[in-house]
Formats: sequence, C-alpha cells, structure tokens
Amino acid sequence: MKDHENTEYKGSTNPFVAWVNADPAPERKPKKEKKQKTAGAEKKAVASSKDEYAAYENRIRKFNSFYKPMAIILCCAFIALMIFVVTQTAPFGIADVPSNNEVSYKYIEDGLKDTGATNVVAGMILDYRAFDTLGESSVLFTAVMSVMILLRKDRDGSLVNDPAEEKVIKEEEKISRIHRDVVLKTMAGIVSPFVILFGIYVVLNGHISPGGGFSGGAIIGAGLILISQGFGSERTKKFFNFKVFTIITSGSLLSYAALKCYSFYTGAHHIETGIPHGIPGAILSSGFILPLNIFVGLIVACTMFGFYSLFTKGEI
Amino acid sequence: MIDGQTILVWILLGFLITCAIAAIVSKNLLTTVLIFMSYSLVMSIIWVVIESPDLAGTEAAVGAGVTTILFFITLKKVGELHTGKKKKKKDQEEGNEHEGS
Amino acid sequence: MGWFTNHYYEIAAMILFGVGFMGLLLNKNLIKKIVGLNIMDTAVYLLLAQRGMIFGRVAPILGDNLNPSAQQYINPIPAGLVLTGIVVSVSVSAFSLALTHRLYKKYHTLNLDEILLKSKQEKLKAETH
Repeated sequence: MKDHENTEYKGSTNPFVAWVNADPAPERKPKKEKKQKTAGAEKKAVASSKDEYAAYENRIRKFNSFYKPMAIILCCAFIALMIFVVTQTAPFGIADVPSNNEVSYKYIEDGLKDTGATNVVAGMILDYRAFDTLGESSVLFTAVMSVMILLRKDRDGSLVNDPAEEKVIKEEEKISRIHRDVVLKTMAGIVSPFVILFGIYVVLNGHISPGGGFSGGAIIGAGLILISQGFGSERTKKFFNFKVFTIITSGSLLSYAALKCYSFYTGAHHIETGIPHGIPGAILSSGFILPLNIFVGLIVACTMFGFYSLFTKGEI
Repeated sequence: MIDGQTILVWILLGFLITCAIAAIVSKNLLTTVLIFMSYSLVMSIIWVVIESPDLAGTEAAVGAGVTTILFFITLKKVGELHTGKKKKKKDQEEGNEHEGS
Repeated sequence: MGWFTNHYYEIAAMILFGVGFMGLLLNKNLIKKIVGLNIMDTAVYLLLAQRGMIFGRVAPILGDNLNPSAQQYINPIPAGLVLTGIVVSVSVSAFSLALTHRLYKKYHTLNLDEILLKSKQEKLKAETH
C-alpha cells in the first residue's frame, strides 16, 4: 500500500486506473531512464520514433485499403435499402396521406385570423413556431462567433495570419486600390443599390408575399458583399464596422426575444396583446410579424457580411 | 399522370444527380464549386415547381450566392484557384524573388 | 412502373443523399467533403419538402382570399421547417470552411491523410525533444 501512496503519475486517468488495478504503473521505469538523457537513449528514442511513424503510415495505408471498399459497399447497401423503404410509402402529391393532417388545415384556415399574415408560411414560422426561429437566429449568431474565434486577427495580427500572408494581403489591397477592375466597379455601382433595395422589399413584404427575413437578409448581405468587392473594404468600413455589427446583431436578438416573450406571455394568459392585426394584405398589418421579419433580416444580413469579411481580412 | 410538368421535373432531377456526381468526381476544386453553384440554382427551380416560393428565394440567395462566395474565398486563401502544381511553384518562386528584391 | 411514377422525388433525394455521402466518405480533400455534406443537406430538404406538395393546389399565399379552405392550398409545414434548415446549413458550411482554413495554415495541405501524418510527426518530435 505504501508504494501506491508514494508513486506519482503525470496523467490524469492513470492514478485511477492504477488504483483500480491495485498495481504500480508499469511505464514508470522506462520514463526514468529517459530522463537521464544519455546519448544512446536519445538515439534510441529517435529510432523508435521513426519506427513509430512508419508504423503509423502503414496503419493509415492499411486502414484506407480496408476503408474504401467497405464504405462503397455500405453506402450502396444503405441507399438500396432507403430507396426500397421510400417506395413503400404513400404516393407523392396526394392529399389523403398522414403527413397532410389537421395541423396544416388549422394553420391554413385559422392562420389569417390568428396572425393576420396572408403568407401562411411566414405566419407559421414567426408566430406559431417563433421560438424555433429564435433558436435558428441564435445558431447564426453562434456560427459567426465561432468563425470569429477561428479566423479573427490578433491586435498585432500575429495570432492567425503569418507575416508572409499579411504582406500578400496588403499588396493585393494596394494593387486593387490603384488598378481597380473597371467592369466590376461600374457594375457594382449600378447593380448593388437595386440588390439592396430588393432585399429590403423582400424583408418588408415577408408577411404578404413569398420571402421574409431569411431570403431578404441573404440578398442584402450579398449586396453588401458586392459593394465591398467593387469599391474596396474601406467603403463598407465607413458604415459597417465591428461596433455596428455587435450592436445590430445582439440588439436584434434581444428585441426579438423580448417581443416574443411579451406575445407568448399574453397569449398563454388569454390577454389581448393590444397590437391590431390590421387589414390583411397591407404592409402595416399582422401584428408582430413585420418587426420580427426585420430583426431576422438584420441578423441574417450581418451574419452573411460578417462571414465574408472574416474570411477575406480576418476582421469585421 | 405523365404530363409536361412531370417530364420537366424528371429532367431537372436528372440534372441534379448529374451535377452532384460531377461535383464529387471532378479533380479541380474550382470546377467542383462552380458545379455546386449550378446545382443550387436548379434546386431553387425545383422548389418553385413543388410550390414553395419561400424556399426558392432563400436557396437562390443563400445556396448559389453566399455559400459559393465563401467557397471561393477559401479556395483563394488555400491557393487552389491556380490550377496545377507547376503554376503554384512558379508563383512561390516569383514571390520569393519579390521578397529578395 | 408505379413505384417510379409515384416516388420519383424520393428516389432522386435518396440517390443525391448517397452521392453526397460517398463524396463525404471517399474523398480525402476537405473542401470536397464539405461539398458532399452540402449535397446531403439539400437531399434531406428535398425529401422533406416534397411531402407537402399536393397536385392541383397552390402555394399557401392567400392574397385576396379572406376565407381560405384547406382544400385549396398545399401543406405549409415542411416549407417552414426547411426554410430554417437552409440558413443553418450555410452557417455549418461557413464554420467548416473556417476550420479548413486554419488546418491549411498549420499543415499547408488539404489532404486528410497528410494532415494526420504531419500531426503524428509533430507529436513524435515533441516527445523526443
């Protein structure tokens, strides 16, 4: 027992294993020999490491020779099984199947009365299932944060970009500033206002026509990317820097959550929300769906442009 | 029940499968990304055919637009936009010369 | 022939899933793996969204129809579910592309096997020194 108490182990799992097995660690003695650092031992270590590397390489080769045919066979069997299963289901495009049940009838027949939106899909994802969309916006926020962790530059640019690449980026920026691509610049100047305007239109009409926060936000983000490509990143930096990005995304998420909390709280207690549904088909109608669409659109647009600028420059 | 729309859908689905196989098989990464872009566009046409215009707009803006741009930027960063190893090596040598001079 | 004419969307979705899965499993290149993952995503969306389609009915945009009956419109639920999924798939692919970028910066290759070997080499070097 004394031996066990006196032995010291570096690994975190080893002491427990040794304690469970009630035996002293077997690897301890060779480690001590290594610590003496004689020349012979070092040579041995190098040789053993080379052997280990070769063994590892061999193992990968063996694994690949076994893995490829197995993957093909398993894939084909899986797909054949899936196609067989799928052909046994109810036929496509028929109304009398279990998936077209009273839930969808309820959404279509009572949707206009409950939400005031003539686009039933928008009414569904932003009113009945709004928490789903909140979680989805949070997924976007989390994704942009994790990309920021992976790709953002340090204050001196040393964390992510090595100096050679930094040099290349700066040179490219210089070249593109002097010799700006005329076709790209002109077309960006002509097209991008219309792209952004169309995105805003799609966002604002999300509750009366197809579209909504997701598609409109993606269109606005694409327009911002086009401006940044055509006129250089300095132009977009004037109105879209890191502070603006943080304020817009977190502000939109928080206001979305607040609005939806109010609406769910009043709905659960059968209290009138006090927000009129308006005339169906008008822009200012359908209660909370218009502001929620705007918030989702802002989040999506900021996320798309944030992805772009993090990928190109490592900063927003 | 085989009418014009069904045949159109068969053609579109066949195009989708062809695009998917071509994107997976092709050796050049730039070709892969371009084929994937056209795959997304055809997908958005299929969304229109199955009466989901919301999905069509989102897929066209997101799948064919933003995802492709992200793929392109990554390809540029990893130096795969120049095809072939010879050109890559040449570029590296030129870069070294620039640094030396 | 009935098994084909009634189920061509599902069969196409399953074939696409298989092609994407093959691309994910068999390619050593990381970017092709991500493309395969995206193809799998869209295959699943196709399988989901075609369930809501009904012949002879239109998309659930009501317009001027203030007393809608469920017999006129298709099922809106799959469209709502897939709409969420499409945008999430973008963030997934952006995240994996960022990871690829970092891996390339460290190991200067996109091949998964070479990355494994290089990381093993580094580990062995750190052990001997």
